[in-house]
Amino acid sequence: MTHEPAAPRDRAQFPTSGAGFDRYEAVIGLEVHAEMLTASKIFCGCSATFGAPPNHNTCPVCLGMPGVLPVLNRRVVEFAVRAGLATQCRIAPRSRWARKNYFYPDLPKGYQISQYELPICEGGYVDIEVDGATKRVRLTRIHMEEDTGKNIHDAHGDASLVDFNRSGVPLLEIVSEPDMATPAEAGAYLRTLRTLVQYLGICDGNMEEGSFRCDANVSVRSRGATSLGVKAEVKNMNSFRAVEKAIAYEIARHVRTLEEGGTILQETRLWDADREETRSMRSKEYAHDYRYFPEPDLPPLLVSEEFVEAVRRTLPELPDARRARFVRDLGLPPYDAEVLTSRRDLADYFEEVVRAHANAKAASNWVMGEVLRLVKERKLDAALTITDWPVAAARLGELIALIDEGAISGKIAKTVFEEVVATSAAPRAIVAAKGLTQVSDEGPILAAIEQVLSANADKVVEYRGGKDKLFGFFVGQVMKATGGKANPPLVNRLLAEKLKN
Amino acid sequence: MDWRPRPALATLHAVKISREEIRHVALLARLALDPAQEEAMATTLDAILTYMEKLAELDTSGVEPTAHIVALDAPRREDRVLNTPDTDALLANAPARDGDFFRVPKIIE
Amino acid sequence: MTALLHELSIAEAAARLRRGELSAVELTRAALARIAATEPSFHSFITVTEEAALAAARDADTHLRTGTAPSGLTGIPVAVKDVIATAGVRTTAGSRILDGFVPPYDATVTARLKAAGAVIVGKANCDEFAMGSSNENSAYGPARNPWDLGRVPGGSSGGSATAVAAGQALASLGTDTGGSIRLPASYCGVVGLKPTYGRVSRYGVIAYASSLDQVGPVARDVSDCALVLSVIAGYDARDSTSVDRPVPDCAAGLTAGARGLRVAIPREYFVEGMQPEVEHAVRAAVDTLSGLGAAAREVSLPHTEYAVGAYYIIATAEASSNLARYDGIRYGLRTTVDGGLLDMYRHTRAAGFGAEVKRRIMLGTYALSSGYYDAYYLKAQKVRTLIRRDFERVFADTDVIVTPVAPTTAFRLGEKVADPLQMYLSDIFTISVNLAGLPAISLPCGFDASGMPIGLQIVGPPFGEEVVLRAARAYEEATDWQRRRPPEPALCPPQPTGSRA
Repeated sequence: MTHEPAAPRDRAQFPTSGAGFDRYEAVIGLEVHAEMLTASKIFCGCSATFGAPPNHNTCPVCLGMPGVLPVLNRRVVEFAVRAGLATQCRIAPRSRWARKNYFYPDLPKGYQISQYELPICEGGYVDIEVDGATKRVRLTRIHMEEDTGKNIHDAHGDASLVDFNRSGVPLLEIVSEPDMATPAEAGAYLRTLRTLVQYLGICDGNMEEGSFRCDANVSVRSRGATSLGVKAEVKNMNSFRAVEKAIAYEIARHVRTLEEGGTILQETRLWDADREETRSMRSKEYAHDYRYFPEPDLPPLLVSEEFVEAVRRTLPELPDARRARFVRDLGLPPYDAEVLTSRRDLADYFEEVVRAHANAKAASNWVMGEVLRLVKERKLDAALTITDWPVAAARLGELIALIDEGAISGKIAKTVFEEVVATSAAPRAIVAAKGLTQVSDEGPILAAIEQVLSANADKVVEYRGGKDKLFGFFVGQVMKATGGKANPPLVNRLLAEKLKN
Repeated sequence: MDWRPRPALATLHAVKISREEIRHVALLARLALDPAQEEAMATTLDAILTYMEKLAELDTSGVEPTAHIVALDAPRREDRVLNTPDTDALLANAPARDGDFFRVPKIIE
Repeated sequence: MTALLHELSIAEAAARLRRGELSAVELTRAALARIAATEPSFHSFITVTEEAALAAARDADTHLRTGTAPSGLTGIPVAVKDVIATAGVRTTAGSRILDGFVPPYDATVTARLKAAGAVIVGKANCDEFAMGSSNENSAYGPARNPWDLGRVPGGSSGGSATAVAAGQALASLGTDTGGSIRLPASYCGVVGLKPTYGRVSRYGVIAYASSLDQVGPVARDVSDCALVLSVIAGYDARDSTSVDRPVPDCAAGLTAGARGLRVAIPREYFVEGMQPEVEHAVRAAVDTLSGLGAAAREVSLPHTEYAVGAYYIIATAEASSNLARYDGIRYGLRTTVDGGLLDMYRHTRAAGFGAEVKRRIMLGTYALSSGYYDAYYLKAQKVRTLIRRDFERVFADTDVIVTPVAPTTAFRLGEKVADPLQMYLSDIFTISVNLAGLPAISLPCGFDASGMPIGLQIVGPPFGEEVVLRAARAYEEATDWQRRRPPEPALCPPQPTGSRA
């Protein structure tokens, strides 16, 4: 990276308040590039899978060798239509391919096949939630294009190395209108969009690995003004947090600059995650004139209504609708519904538990608590779809059923849970084998209470004398005496009665 | 239509395409031209562009541009992996190779 | 017998091969000997593929002996223009920038020739990247017209035409973007066909102008052309612009004669300043057709004068993009420079491309650049529509359109190189046909006082190859121009280590 000596002011942490800020509002638009989960590339039959040795997933077509031609992968069109339908876009019955011309080593043909004048989707929206309020972020367009290869710097530092495995991987470019006003809104939009593409099964949404990339366009203007300020484009943000920080930094930079009487340059800036600042991209001095023109090697793309309806029929229940249904029909609190629907496989798992035993709130607690803990511990959430749950849904359902039946206490249930995780055995079988059935007969409990009270007569006196805290001590002793199996509410009631006298 | 040999280039009107534009276009096209070549290119392109200005005589309002001469729908293929790795054959023509990578002069970001 | 082999048509050679009078190896050896003896005069080839040809000939003989010959081209020596990829064989596009490039793939047309049992004897010389009308833009030196070695053979498929005219091969493949098959066929007194755009696959054909390029056959007579067309034509899933239409059995309709054919003569193709012998020969040819029962009438193609302008914008724009991949990174020439990447690009391309290619890249880049796109590229595409409509209107009640191929016969080497625009105007009669995507053939219709061949162009409606070939065959049968042979050049003595048993 060319080193630009930072002005001292640039290094200040990016405030989001203070002198001047209340006079301005920020205008933010985001461009997301999502790598599509197809088996093969967009224009050739090479594998689109990540992680192969360099230049192993290549062929004459994606290497741009002389005389080669592109042939469109139909699944890419299907995915694009899915995305368009899920965001209420208009699907263009006729869209066109275009060449975007520029020179760069990772661009083998010297042009990228993309869509320019007539993209496949236009004019949809995504609803986001920030601080309890819903906001609609409109989409300008969604279009398809091919990804480039990758440049890496070689060990000696005097050359770059190019790997074309990624060249030709299909991308969806999703462009929002500049409808966002804060870093938090941008973050919410990205998270919502990512969940959506994961739900649709079209992208695994991994920002760190580069399958879900974001560029931000940021400008500020006087509060209440209608015309837009000069915008800066920010690139190289590799996580949601980075996007929020970079946008906050940019807003602060714009406000500070304007307050000091300066002007904002329309330029591209790179986010430096180490120094937490954006810097101007010097290399952009070669002005890019992309010279877009219709791609002669690909006729226009015709998408019929039948095709669109067929894709519509394959759409899963979308996150918003699912969340609403969890709240409305299953009586879950909005927070629970949000966590459970943050991943489609998680929501599917949760509903399977509820189908096994219809206690949605309990299922929610267990899934959000114990199950998710293990999922994170075992990094199972790295996969797009978790297939190996720590506990099978049916097993968890059975466990909750046992609690609801009164057969075991909540505490014992935790022990049983660990056992199910370790052995995959059925909860009922474990309870039976280990004799963990809750004691709900008054007899044995009373006997245990008698034993505890007589062994701690001095404490009984203290309790009756006003030391209420000792009640917990007695409960603990009774539980210990019963091997933890006594029914807690029953213990409480009987103990309270006994201590009264 | 008169296709006959045109008058010598030197008698045409003043060159319309500037040296600056030639340099800009040459940069876009990644072509190194020395000053003499820039000069020659400007003269030739100007003559050709002047000839092409006759297209402006035509009224094309309301005429759809032809981008594809045959009316086709873009054919689509099944999403299947058809290619097997053939790295050596595909790197065989590389002017500079480093293991399985193509080697290029350093890219300054 | 060997001395006359180079004068055979495909039909005659194939008959002898079938009857066992001649072996494919003998025929190929004769072709290779002819090439060795005459190349210093004609320079038809950039690469001669002696070993591969003999191997293919041996295979052909096996098929011929066992009666399993795949086609009428089995064992027939053919040349392939050096813009067409041949696996394992150097393919240069007539350019230094691809010197040494050996494609690991065959073009589809190459594969089809091989599958048909044809014997590829070498890669034919051509103007660099098919840009030119005289073969003087080849980085490997020009090919020379067999009728007068001081004259150009036409271009860009110069070598394809000279190879056939000189009897070095019995047929060849050329490409035609603005007349590049028809013009050299006309200048060299052979038959050349440009099929309808989309008839023949462009996969593996080094692209010049993607919306105009087509591969087509050059041969001694019309029947031979029809045979080669039937081998190479047809839908190819690797070319998204190839049309899924059955290839007509052109041989069947060839002898239907000219009776009842409605022939149109566009007045815009007979203008002041044409070489009088050319006009005379073409009008006499029309009379011949009338004498055979055709009905000729004059028509107008009013936008003809705008064709060259529209072509040189569209073709150069597409070419500027198609040639961006020649950047020294993945194949071909790379110039070692001290500077970084930008210098490598600029100097590699400056060193690798010839003057005409650079001119067209500059022109095309300019026509697409910001601020000029509407005035040039978009305008040219609209003019293209008007030209296409001119033809549609005429073909509503016309079977074929007959015109000259060029305003003159072959000019002298060096005569037009100083004025590129002058060179472009050689294409005026052929260019509109490419803009409209129509099929057209060039065949001999006379000779001028200097003994140089004059070509007749017959144009058909889209996918009208049958009627074009039928009209051409009727004319050919009624005349004997194709029986004339160019004067024998000074033959070089055979090399001691030549192609002997």
